Amino acid sequence: RVSSDGKPEKFQPPPKPVIIDKQKQREERRFLSPEFIPPRGRTDPLKFYIERKDMIQRRKVFNIPEFYVGHILAVTTADPYANEKANRFVGICIQRGGKGLGATFVLRNVIEDQGVEICYELYNPRIQAIEVLKLEKRLDDNLMYLRDALPEYSTFDVNMKPVSRLDHEEVPVNKLQVRMKPKPWSKRWERPKYNIKGIKFDLPEKKMKEAQKWSQPWLEFDMLREYDTSKIENKIWKEVSEGLKN
Amino acid sequence: SVTGARRAIQKLTRVRVVDNSALGNTPYHRPPKCIHVYNKTGVGKVGDKILLAIKGEKKKALIVGHKMPGLTMTPRFDSNNVVLIEDNGNPVGTRIKTPIPYILRQKGEFSKVLAIARNFV
Repeated sequence: RVSSDGKPEKFQPPPKPVIIDKQKQREERRFLSPEFIPPRGRTDPLKFYIERKDMIQRRKVFNIPEFYVGHILAVTTADPYANEKANRFVGICIQRGGKGLGATFVLRNVIEDQGVEICYELYNPRIQAIEVLKLEKRLDDNLMYLRDALPEYSTFDVNMKPVSRLDHEEVPVNKLQVRMKPKPWSKRWERPKYNIKGIKFDLPEKKMKEAQKWSQPWLEFDMLREYDTSKIENKIWKEVSEGLKN
Repeated sequence: SVTGARRAIQKLTRVRVVDNSALGNTPYHRPPKCIHVYNKTGVGKVGDKILLAIKGEKKKALIVGHKMPGLTMTPRFDSNNVVLIEDNGNPVGTRIKTPIPYILRQKGEFSKVLAIARNFV
């Protein structure tokens, strides 16, 4: 090519291709199970340290997958009274509670028009396998309102095949708005104290405004209730990842 | 109004009959209610026998699931379920469609009730 000057242009090498190293991106995303984070209190941190050692020990032997509230899990437990000594239950995780070795999660399913919930302990030696059948986070931390929702939102096929998923992608959030049964509910879910975003409220405007009377807008500014876990989490993450590598 | 689950099944709790017996399934203007629990405490859990008042008659029944949360690995049902039973322990119905907890095998001799059950949890 000839430029406007008449002299040949300086050779411009073609731009280098940008290589996105997906393996490096994968390591950046880390998940620490919520039961490792100690609750706020005056107990000796030695107790939590010993508990964490036991939890790491159990995790080395038995794989507890990463899961959140809203995932559909299949749990097989050893049961002396079952037919083949093993009992399989499929359900959606409604809540995860407890800290340390007593961490629990509640699975809910509707079988033959009967709603069944089972509260399993994560570190119970009777559990033989936990499989994640479908990964999806929901808009809330606590799906207890599914008890008052129409039963179609809690029914899951027992022989469901595990949905395949790419390892490095983020966990998808399901923005489903659940429809409820008519009003007498077990808890007044429209009140701001539960802070539920996953229900499609068909209540009249008047009722929604009345529910806002119980809002406590000063709570988020209360400094005594703050519990910053970022530093504790980093420490515990290093401890746990080192323990699991060995 | 319906109160939440307080203490499993006691006197005057409305229960849901789960088997396919005629007594349990024919509609009546009053729901079946518990009138006595055969227990030292008056509170019935899974595997306890109770006396039910159905259609103006008294009938014994076996509790197969309640709304109150129990032991950790045991199921909690969304309704208080009950299976009608004779005095000698024979079930009145011939089929139970709703799921029954495995814990029943441990408590008492309910092998005849478990034999007619279809699903277990």
